Amino acid sequence: MDLSAISPTLLLASLMVAATPIILAATGELIVEKSGVLNLGVEGMMIVGAICGFAIAVESGSPTLGFIAAATGGALLSLIFGFLTQVLLSNQVATGLALTLFGLGLSSMLGQSYVGIRPPATEKLDIPFLSDIPFIGPILFNQDIIVYVTLALVIGTWAVLKFTRAGLILRAVGENHDAAHALGYKVVRVRLMAIAFGGACAGLGGAYLSLVRVPQWTEGMTAGAGWIALAIVVFGAWRPFRVLLGAYLFGGVTVLQLNLQAAGVAIPVEYLSMSPYLITIAVLVIMSSGKAKAALSAPGCLGRIFHASS
Amino acid sequence: MKRRTLLAASAAALALATGGAFADGHAKTKVGFIYVGSIGDGGWNYEHNEARKKVQEHFGDKVETFFQERVPEGADAERAITQMALQGADLIFTTSFGYMDPTNAVAAKFPDVKFEHATGYKREHPNVSTYSARFYEGRAVIGHIAGKMTKTNKIGYIASFPIPEVIRGINSAYLHAKKVNPDVEFNIVWVFTWEDAAKEADAAKALIDQGVDVLMQHTDTTAPMLKAEEAGIMAFGQASDMISAGPTAQLTSIIDDWAPYYIARTQAVIDGTWESKDTWDGIEPGMVAFADMSDRIPEDVRAEATQMIEDIKTGAYKPFTGPINKQDGSVWLKEGETAADFGDDGLAGMSFYVEGLTAEIPN
Repeated sequence: MDLSAISPTLLLASLMVAATPIILAATGELIVEKSGVLNLGVEGMMIVGAICGFAIAVESGSPTLGFIAAATGGALLSLIFGFLTQVLLSNQVATGLALTLFGLGLSSMLGQSYVGIRPPATEKLDIPFLSDIPFIGPILFNQDIIVYVTLALVIGTWAVLKFTRAGLILRAVGENHDAAHALGYKVVRVRLMAIAFGGACAGLGGAYLSLVRVPQWTEGMTAGAGWIALAIVVFGAWRPFRVLLGAYLFGGVTVLQLNLQAAGVAIPVEYLSMSPYLITIAVLVIMSSGKAKAALSAPGCLGRIFHASS
Repeated sequence: MKRRTLLAASAAALALATGGAFADGHAKTKVGFIYVGSIGDGGWNYEHNEARKKVQEHFGDKVETFFQERVPEGADAERAITQMALQGADLIFTTSFGYMDPTNAVAAKFPDVKFEHATGYKREHPNVSTYSARFYEGRAVIGHIAGKMTKTNKIGYIASFPIPEVIRGINSAYLHAKKVNPDVEFNIVWVFTWEDAAKEADAAKALIDQGVDVLMQHTDTTAPMLKAEEAGIMAFGQASDMISAGPTAQLTSIIDDWAPYYIARTQAVIDGTWESKDTWDGIEPGMVAFADMSDRIPEDVRAEATQMIEDIKTGAYKPFTGPINKQDGSVWLKEGETAADFGDDGLAGMSFYVEGLTAEIPN
C-alpha cells in the first residue's frame, strides 16, 4: 500500500473529467424536468451525441465541429420525443425509454464504420500563469475547454432559472401548466425548447466521452451514464449547484476507487463499484412516492401530460 | 400421386440431394456465435467475429453463420442462446466465461444442437464442449518484456473479473517480469467489466497518474491503449493487434486466433464426428499469437522473447515451473515441478496470487 502515490492534484483533475459528461447531461435534464417533462431518454441522446460528435470530428478533423454536431444530433433526437409527447400526447415514461433503446440502436448503426479510429485531439486550454499555480493550477486551469464550458453552463442555468423572466416562465410551466396556459404562455413551445436544450446537452456529454475522456467510439460506450445523470437531477433536488455536487461525488467515487486500487489499498471494490448505482436506486425509489416528491421540491407538473382543452 | 406422398417423396429427394443429415431437413450447417461485447471493440469480441468470418469464408455456401453481440452474462444469456437454438443453429459458440451455466442449461433442452463454451469448465451434457487458449503463455512473454522495459519499475494491470483466467494472466506476467527485474511492482486495478471504454480509460489514467510506465490490460476495448499512447508510456495489446490505437505505445499484443478451432469444429459437425471434449491450446497450435514486436524493444530483449516463444512452443519451457510460492508464502510448486492443468491448485481453477504480489484478490 502506498497512499503517497496518489496525487491529490491529479486525482481532482481526473475527477473533473470523469464528472463532466454527467454534469452536461444532468444540467440539460434539469431544464427539461423544470419545464415539467420527464425525459428518460438521456442515455439514448448521449450515445447518439457520442457517435455524431465522433463521426463529424473524424470527417472534418475539427473537434469543435464535432461537439456542435453532437449537440445538434442530441437535440434532433430529443425533438422526436418532444413531438411524440407534446403534440401526440404519448406517455412520457414509455416514450423516454423507447428513445433510449432507439438511440442505442441508431448509434451502433451510425458507428459501424468508425470503430477503431482515433479522433483528432481536443486541445487543452493551458491558461498561462494561472496553470502554474501549485495545486489549484493543474486542477482548475489546465483542463480542456469543454470542462469550462460545462461549468459556465451550470452557472448560466442557475442564473437563468433564478434571475430571468425566461427562467420564471419555464418554472411556471413546470409547476402548473394550466395556470401558465391561462396566463397566455405557450406551454408546448416552452417545453419543446426545453427538451431540445436537454437533448443538446446530453449530446455534448456523449461527445465528451467519445472525443475526450476515452477517446474512441465503441458501441454502448455511455454504459449507463445517462441513467446516472437522471438520478443526479433528483439527487440534486433540481438545483444546478447540487447537481454539480452530485456529479462530482459520483465522479469522485469512480476515480477514487480506481486510484485506491492502483495504489494497492485493499478495498471492497465490488461495493464501491456498485455504490453510485445503489444510491441512484434509493433516490429513485424515494422519488416515486408522492410525499417525498413534494418534499424534494419536484416540479409540480413533472411527467404530466398537458392539453390546452383540458 | 397423392399430394401427401408427393411431399414425402420430395422431402426424401431433398435430403438425398443435399446429403443433409439434419433431422429437420435443412441443408446448410448453421453456426451461431454469442458475443459478450461489441464486435467493434478491437479486442476479444472482434477476434471471435474475425474467426466467424473465416469459418464463413472457408465453407462458403455449405455453412451459414450468424451472431448476436452485446449479450449480457447471466439470465439474459439463456434467452439469447435459446433463441439461437430455436433459429435452427446446429452449433453454437458461447464466447464468454459468464455463459457457462446458461450454455449448459440450454444444452439440456436441445440435445441435437452442439454447444461450445469458451473459457469455462462445465460440460454437463454430451452436447457441450469447452475450449480456451493458454493466454498465460502469452502473458509470460509480455511479462518478460515488461520487466526489461520498465524504468519506473511499476507496471499497471487493468483486470476485469477475478476469475481463474485473469488471475493466471496476472501471475504469469508478474513471475516473468520479476525474474528479469527483482524490483518490479504490479499495480492492479479491477474494473469489474469486460467492456466499458470510459471505465477502462479512467483506470488507465489512474495507473498512469501513479507512475506506471508499462500498461497491461485484460479487458476488451482499446481505451487503455489509447490512454497509454496519449501519456507517452508503453503498453501491451490484448486479444487483438491494437497497433492502430497505440502506434508508438504498443510493444506487442497477444492475439487470440480462434479460426482454426472454429473451422475444425464446424467440420466435425458437418461430418457427424463432433463429440464433447475440452480443448486448451496455447502458442504451439497458434491459438495464442503475437503482434509484431515494436522497434522500441532492444534487440537482445526481442531475441529473449522470441526464444521464450519457441521454447513454449516446443514444450521445453512451461511458464509455471517451480519453485513458486503462493502469496501467503506456502509452497505451490517445488523446484522443477510444473503446474498441473486440473486438480487442487491446478491452473484451471487458479484462485491465488503468487508470492511477491502485494494486492489482494477481491471476492
